[in-house]
Amino acid sequence: MTALAAVRTSAAVNDGGLLKPSWAEVVKIQPEAEGIATYWLRFQDSNLSKAYRFLPGQFNMLYMPGYGEAAISISSDPEQRDVIGHTVRFVGNVTRAINRLKIGDVVGIRGPFGTHWPVENLEGKDLIIAVGGIGIPPLRPAIYHILRNRAKFGKITLLYGARTPSDLLFSSELDEWRKSDIDIQITVDRADSNWQGQVGVVPTLFYKFRLDPTRTAVLTCGPEIMIRFVVFEALARRVPTNQIYVSMERNMKCGQGSCGHCQIGPYFVCKDGPVFPFSAVEPYFNVEDF
Amino acid sequence: MAELPINVGSVVALPKPRLDDLLAKLREKGYQTIGPRVGDGTVQYQPIRGASEMPQGYTSEEEAGKYRLVSSGNSRYFDYTPGAQSWKQIFFPPRITLFDLCKNGGWKPVGSLEPSPRYALVGVRPCEIAAIKIQDLAFLRTDFVDPVYQERRKNAFILAVNCLRPGGTCFCASMGTGPQLSSGYDLGLTEMDDVFLVDVGSAAGKDILSGLPVAKPDAAIMGKAKQAVDAAKTKMGRQLDISDLPDVLLKNLDHPEWEAISKRCMSCASCTLVCPTCFCWDTQDHSSLNGTETERERVWDSCFNPGYSYQAGGNTRPNVRSRYRQWLTHKLGSWKQQYGVLGCVGCGRCITWCPVKIDITEEIPALRKETRS
Repeated sequence: MTALAAVRTSAAVNDGGLLKPSWAEVVKIQPEAEGIATYWLRFQDSNLSKAYRFLPGQFNMLYMPGYGEAAISISSDPEQRDVIGHTVRFVGNVTRAINRLKIGDVVGIRGPFGTHWPVENLEGKDLIIAVGGIGIPPLRPAIYHILRNRAKFGKITLLYGARTPSDLLFSSELDEWRKSDIDIQITVDRADSNWQGQVGVVPTLFYKFRLDPTRTAVLTCGPEIMIRFVVFEALARRVPTNQIYVSMERNMKCGQGSCGHCQIGPYFVCKDGPVFPFSAVEPYFNVEDF
Repeated sequence: MAELPINVGSVVALPKPRLDDLLAKLREKGYQTIGPRVGDGTVQYQPIRGASEMPQGYTSEEEAGKYRLVSSGNSRYFDYTPGAQSWKQIFFPPRITLFDLCKNGGWKPVGSLEPSPRYALVGVRPCEIAAIKIQDLAFLRTDFVDPVYQERRKNAFILAVNCLRPGGTCFCASMGTGPQLSSGYDLGLTEMDDVFLVDVGSAAGKDILSGLPVAKPDAAIMGKAKQAVDAAKTKMGRQLDISDLPDVLLKNLDHPEWEAISKRCMSCASCTLVCPTCFCWDTQDHSSLNGTETERERVWDSCFNPGYSYQAGGNTRPNVRSRYRQWLTHKLGSWKQQYGVLGCVGCGRCITWCPVKIDITEEIPALRKETRS
């Protein structure tokens, strides 16, 4: 029970009626890459809009009436409160319906749900942020937090991988992040004729720099296979298991640890996660099909 | 004659023919009475209006993959072991509308949902009360309260009954949940030949009894009842050693027995549907053809359904081995880490209603073999 208690950091959430959403308007759609766009949403209820708060790494359930809900992590700055950004990959029934939304259309929101990247506990540390593909949006709120409090953190390294150069998200922001002394290492699975950078998977980027395991924390999100090897590389460099934070992905329906779908052993990923210290999920991490 | 003083904790005797009066009293107080009646060759929990609709004179035979109702040769009402249905269908309905929406300059709610009736559950067994208490932990948490469950649960009256004839797949004595009532009921019956002994479990129970022709039971009948309840403990058709649960499961996630079970299990989800504690649910939207109206429903789901663990990155549990393992390691393993209790009450339904006779009281010992410590 102690491990469980340790990761139950999220505030109590009750949406007032079972699965009843609040309604928000699409105020901006920012295409990010082929099949991926960021939807900027504003609650129709201005009081709710003022009261809504989230922490980096938390997610909302977005509801498209007639289609259902999808768990989408919040990709915007936690300090920006009037509109909330959700970076969506159009891959399933609900997200393809989101793809058909236009400015002014309405979408249901429940949330925020889940645990967050514990940035408040990581001040003074060197951070390695290792992300792949659609794994970068859940980390962007944490990056914004770090940028705003840059002096409080040590060395920050962003390891970022995408399938091809044109799949890289938020590329227009990366230079700004570099200016704030964030070391950014980018790799792609397949280069194109203009690509001058690294080719290969994210974990190989660990070989490009040295880390001090006594003062380093790793935050990682991406395909499960990438997370697996990021953790492997971090452990090989003696980063403690409770200083590696992983964002797990499971089928999530309710966001409140009630419907059962997202379980990993004792955890409900939607409530006890999605961000876990690796030490909490380690016993189940290498069990096939668990 | 002065009226018999009744208090919470008292035990009184109600003549058997007056069971009807008790049911009538419940309806008079505004409860919809749901109780056992014979249907589809088994005992179902359906609306009942009187004792004549109950399975009097029936008993049941259970084995793995088998449930038969047969004549008991006596006139008892509760000599059967419960069928496939459990009370979870009342508090956690298999299918319920959460809201309707209509597209009209944004999505607007259509009408309002009817409040749930107040239910009186008739003939609730000790293991079934234990199951309700387990579902309470899942649906009435400090950090999340399920409004559908709460409304139905808080208004319900529980007319329980001691189990005097456990069935062939029962193992509540192993799980510590029966066959004797301990708490969690408004009235608790013990069925004797001519009378029901009625244990008053709550103020609501005391209320219902007022005005009914109850008498003080004599010492002889009280002794006989105790003997019958004690004897029931020894009549369990199954038993299960739970001393090393949940560890024995959680430390054997790669045990070869999982593969062996998957050769027999059809992943039909029957065990999860009949299980009185399984709580997983899904949502469905039903929309009109032109897409301007939609109804949002909550329905039962099962970890045996392929879609249960489906996500954009693929299916987390792509085979029967992983689904069965999820069910059993949750039910008798991680459930304890989540809620402080195991998720099994020993009712035996998953054994009885398994079409291929998978028996968890055999699977746990099989998983115990060659355990690595």
